[in-house]
Amino acid sequence: MTVLDHRPTAPVPGWLPGATAPRTDPAPLLPDPAPVRVLGTPELAGYRPALLRELYRRLVVGRRYNQQATTLTKQGRLAVYPSSTGQEACEVAAAMVLGEDDWLFPSYRDTLAVVGRGVDPLEALTLLRGSAHTGYDPKATRTAPLCTPLATQAPHAVGLAHAARLRGEPAVALAMLGDGGTSEGDFHEALNFAAVLKAPVVFLVQNNGYAISVPLTKQSAAPSLAHKAVGYGMPGRLVDGNDAVAVHTVLAEAVERARSGGGPTLVEALTYRLEAHTNADDATRYRQGEEVTAWQQHDPILLMERELRAAGLLDDAAVAAATAEGEQLAARMRTEFHAEPTLDPASLFAHVYAEPTSQLREQAEQLAAELAAEAEQ
Amino acid sequence: MSLVTETRTATMAQALNSALRDTMREDPTVHLLGEDVGQLGGVFRITDGLAAEFGADRCLDTPLAEAGILGTAIGMAMYGLRPVVEMQFDAFAYPAMEQLVSHVAKMRNRTAGRLALPITVRVPYGGGIGGVEHHSDSSEAYYASTPGLHVVTPATVGDAYGLLRASIASDDPVVFLEPKRLYWSKDELDTAAAVAPVGRAVLRRTGRSAVLITYGPSLPVCLEAAEAARAEGWDLAVLDLRSLVPFDDATVCEVVRSVGRAVVVHESTGFGGVGAEIAARVTERCFHHLAAPVLRVTGFDIPYPPPMLEHHHLPGVDRILDAVAKLQWEA
Repeated sequence: MTVLDHRPTAPVPGWLPGATAPRTDPAPLLPDPAPVRVLGTPELAGYRPALLRELYRRLVVGRRYNQQATTLTKQGRLAVYPSSTGQEACEVAAAMVLGEDDWLFPSYRDTLAVVGRGVDPLEALTLLRGSAHTGYDPKATRTAPLCTPLATQAPHAVGLAHAARLRGEPAVALAMLGDGGTSEGDFHEALNFAAVLKAPVVFLVQNNGYAISVPLTKQSAAPSLAHKAVGYGMPGRLVDGNDAVAVHTVLAEAVERARSGGGPTLVEALTYRLEAHTNADDATRYRQGEEVTAWQQHDPILLMERELRAAGLLDDAAVAAATAEGEQLAARMRTEFHAEPTLDPASLFAHVYAEPTSQLREQAEQLAAELAAEAEQ
Repeated sequence: MSLVTETRTATMAQALNSALRDTMREDPTVHLLGEDVGQLGGVFRITDGLAAEFGADRCLDTPLAEAGILGTAIGMAMYGLRPVVEMQFDAFAYPAMEQLVSHVAKMRNRTAGRLALPITVRVPYGGGIGGVEHHSDSSEAYYASTPGLHVVTPATVGDAYGLLRASIASDDPVVFLEPKRLYWSKDELDTAAAVAPVGRAVLRRTGRSAVLITYGPSLPVCLEAAEAARAEGWDLAVLDLRSLVPFDDATVCEVVRSVGRAVVVHESTGFGGVGAEIAARVTERCFHHLAAPVLRVTGFDIPYPPPMLEHHHLPGVDRILDAVAKLQWEA
């Protein structure tokens, strides 16, 4: 018995044997006609208040985390920070929909989702601090290293999910990507493999409008990024990426679908990067103030607070508590990142191979001798 | 060690097949994936019969996309499997270069040793089989200059078996370069004796005049040249590197110091190639033992030629003997 089941397709009337006429009705795969929204709709009444309050709490703390991280770049305490300010709904929901045994495959903009998995900010940010490539244990946290080459982590998510399925284990993988990343070949290959292998994987594309400076219109001529799913034979979903409840709902459905053997889903979340690409970028060179202002009115935290207050699910005390928790986190980040990190030059050679080669041992000795000579001076 | 110890005559292709089969029988975490590796058994039949014995789950016919294949293998390795990837031809492995360089080679380092990727990437390489464009590249220099990868290449039937088993057993990623023109070479294969450690060069022929340092597809050419050299009065040793990374400086230097003259032979292009690295390392370490500069006999610095012209490009016996003649014997 094999897990993989690739039976030949049934003969198609009017076609030669083995011919591959259309095999799947594309209609059920087509994305939602409009971005899914829950906030501001009657649907909200059907949600557990505890879930809604937890989403709100995480959004508020997440925003403060983003602000503090950007501040740390200005103080020279982080080398660079690609902020997810404005995209917290996606970051928070992605972390929340995964169970402990599920895996997250983040990109460099997704440290907030990594923190949402329970990774300490100090460990989540070593890459961007410049002290270590990956500060956390990927196996222990079921969180892959932050991926810089765009979309290259997507096939890893497919392979991991495929392996879990082969082993009969219920783990699901969620890969986080951006609109620019959907142009990469690895995005295409990952989605194709995922669909062919029926891997339990979810692709979340945060379409924040820009790949650094390049707007989506120069990136893709697809009807929507979610429509790309149809070409691979998986469903595409379109969601308001600033509506945390909607993102959580759509992702949770995709995760459940994957876990129950339904295969992969592509989710496009429409959102907006309120800050520049990184602290080293100047967004005023490629986008206008009115556009930013419009999105500031559609801020994920603003939407959530307004709707929850209107529904009587959020009071001043809860808002103050979340704000205070954010301040506590920010204060801890300030303290911890203003302390100098522990750096060990010998570690440069420790993890290139399981055992260092003779050449690396020689080079490690060379560096040690240089450092010893320096110390004597 | 194989389950069934046997000595038999086998081709290199059969030895590789046996290595895969024996490893898969012993270790259920070993999974093969690649293009046409399933029912067909691979275009060179290296995976022949493995899908039938181990099922489609463990011998997976993938979509035709090399980056996707290797990227998927990375995720499988992250979940505890031990994938063996087949790249169909040397030049078809290039789409997977980013996955190889940015992830396979670096994952252990990126994660401070917490996440190893025990992946073996099998690549049929080199020319001499009359292959048309994009089927005859020798791409070892790209891999050998990427820290984090082991680069292994067998030249004998026994090593094909032993080194492939050692590569799959390694907790480090290995690019396993199979000299495709030797796929049909035959020899006695004793699977119990064919243990070959990664990282150790082996002297295939002793000699006192000079040493030919080589690997993979050029080994039989060098052995032939050494035989022909006897008529010229030269007694040539032949050293088979077997592993380009880790590089066996100790054995190479020991042999060079004992004979004082060396020629490096490989069919890959010379500029920036593995031979340049070897010549530099030998010169740095054995300068006072050398009676002549270390010379290189390599393919020309050209894109791989059409098959009707490839014999001009590939290092042959005459070109090797010409180089030996230039080793300043008058001194």
